[in-house]
Amino acid sequence: MTDKLLEQVRQLVSDIFSVPLEQVHANSSPETIEAWDSMQHLNLVLAVEDKFNLQFTPEEMEQLRTVDEIVTIVESRM
Amino acid sequence: MNPEDKSADLRQEIDRSVCEGGIQAAAANMEALWRLNPSSSTAAFLVSRIEKIRESLNLARLRIALLRSCTLEPVIPLLRASAFCFRLDPDVHVGNYNAYMQEILDPNSSLYRFDPDVVIVAVRLADLSPELWQSYSALEPAAVREAVQHVYRTLEELIKSFRGRSHAALIVHSMEQPVQTAFGVLDSQIGTSQSDAIHNINRELRLIAQQHRGVYVLGYDNLVARHGRLFWQDERKLLTVRLPIAAHGLVHLANEWLRFLVPLSGQIAKALVVDLDNTLWGGVIGEDGMSGIKLGPEYPGAAYQALQRALLDLSRRGILLAICSKNNRDEAMEVLEKHPGMILRPADFAAMRINWSDKPQGLREIATELNIGLDSIAFLDDNPFEREQVRRSLPEVLVIDLPSDAMQYAFAIRDFQAFERLTLSLEDHERTLLYSKQQERARAEERFQSKEDFCRHLQQEAEIEQATALSIARIAQLTQKTNQFNLTTRRYSEQQIAEMAGNPSWEVLSVRVKDRFGDHGLVGVAITHDDGDTCEIDTFLLSCRVIGRSVETALLSYIAQSALARGRKLLAGWFLPTRKNTPAAEFYALSGFQCHPQNNEGQRWTFNLEEAQIRCPEWIRLNVLEGGRV
Repeated sequence: MTDKLLEQVRQLVSDIFSVPLEQVHANSSPETIEAWDSMQHLNLVLAVEDKFNLQFTPEEMEQLRTVDEIVTIVESRM
Repeated sequence: MNPEDKSADLRQEIDRSVCEGGIQAAAANMEALWRLNPSSSTAAFLVSRIEKIRESLNLARLRIALLRSCTLEPVIPLLRASAFCFRLDPDVHVGNYNAYMQEILDPNSSLYRFDPDVVIVAVRLADLSPELWQSYSALEPAAVREAVQHVYRTLEELIKSFRGRSHAALIVHSMEQPVQTAFGVLDSQIGTSQSDAIHNINRELRLIAQQHRGVYVLGYDNLVARHGRLFWQDERKLLTVRLPIAAHGLVHLANEWLRFLVPLSGQIAKALVVDLDNTLWGGVIGEDGMSGIKLGPEYPGAAYQALQRALLDLSRRGILLAICSKNNRDEAMEVLEKHPGMILRPADFAAMRINWSDKPQGLREIATELNIGLDSIAFLDDNPFEREQVRRSLPEVLVIDLPSDAMQYAFAIRDFQAFERLTLSLEDHERTLLYSKQQERARAEERFQSKEDFCRHLQQEAEIEQATALSIARIAQLTQKTNQFNLTTRRYSEQQIAEMAGNPSWEVLSVRVKDRFGDHGLVGVAITHDDGDTCEIDTFLLSCRVIGRSVETALLSYIAQSALARGRKLLAGWFLPTRKNTPAAEFYALSGFQCHPQNNEGQRWTFNLEEAQIRCPEWIRLNVLEGGRV
């Protein structure tokens, strides 16, 4: 399950920030991906919500700082 | 293959094509990817690829300014991706947060410097009138009336000032109803209900918009209701990032904007070509027979009746219907003529190809018969194979993706943006009739030896008139839609036409054509302006319905004659070539104009009015209506 989820989230991150898929890893974050600024972070949050049909709380939105953390929170909500 | 793998494959293929410069293949797969998964992430992917190959894509640019009282930036990539499927490339300027008022009122604002083609005003009632939204139950009836008035007067002021400063089209969101009203169920019992107050604002907004050219109301509340008011917004996003729409709803707003942007940019479907078996009715007539096909008021035949009703609505909007079906003609015609469940009848179709040729062939023939471009044709077929064949061999055709469930067919048709129209003219209501007259004419034409004989037989009458308040909408529509016989292809909005018509040194002329078979309606436009000794032809166009009947020469003769009467010595005009206007390329040469050295944009032509004359062909009666100036 987690593997598939990780792939799905990597694809979203790759799409939103226009980064090749092979450069997106579990530990990718605003520090490693230049385009990951606050406006784009909102776009990523919306893409994840749309994809998994859920809505994050503002607290969760703050926590979504790496690909891994996104996977963890999505998994806890499913 | 599951959708996720399919979309991964499509992404790879798109990147390969982009890399190798295979633009058409890239574009086809980009559309396919969007259809498969129209989401924020797909949009971000597509936008980055559109940026890479933008120059080769031949998309129509559209400058859009978005004025708003809330966060709407996340909708923009979705708009760009969805617009791509209509060959549009929106360039969106987002006004400062909640600064819509200053931007419209200040003539030096970034809004006017951006010089938009279209402006969208998305202002929430919660921001315009917090009391009506949040503290409604505290308001006395008089205070409600005052607050309602304040809201629509504010909107009126915005619309008026904008109209005074810009020719751009203006789209104003109507006000949304709250999920729950302040009075609970009482709201439906009392005279001063909150829902009524908001309805009143929206009704006034519609009346104000009607008084201004090029101002349109987007029924935002209808949009929200259609998708479910309770699920439309995510309260936490509104409170934290001021985004009034939940993630899954963003794409619906983008698509709703396109219902306006597609017709505004002229990327519209003028005809819809439909399949028969399993599209207009359930089952296959060749196998199931008259009594076996599903078509009637009950399930499952009702799905097909609902589709036929939707098609009839399109036909009344001026969209031509045609049939392209692989069938035995006699069997299919029997259904069309006699089946009690049929809502459409043969007379509702402007062209039919019922035979065993392939669909691309049928579509090409229908385009020729109706005299419209393939890019003005939409195609409806239940069979994914046929749709794919048409997409690959005729990429210009607008192929409608039908869901597999027939119960959703009618919705898909009504949802398709290229069928939207922002104004309706008399000609639109009668278009199918006009085309059946056209077919009679075509049969008559075959009987005559020469074009002159045929033209004499037609007994044409060309009625020339200055633009009037009644004709302005149709004149603007013709400048926006006419591609073939159009010398300069300059697109004008209604308000631009009105302004030119009101300027004493400009002439905006329309021509209406009648002949022995009937009235073609208003089918030609010429716009000229005087500049010293010269009468400059700014626009000269003729609807494809009347090309090749010498009407163009009749109109030009009138322009020459009236320019001479006003003391002009020279008639001058440009021919600006496009991919489509070759039918007009020889017009100035054939009319005796002199060609001057060409520049990059086009050819310059002049005609000395003192030395020669342009004669109206003897077989056309020219009738000039006096007065009527705007």
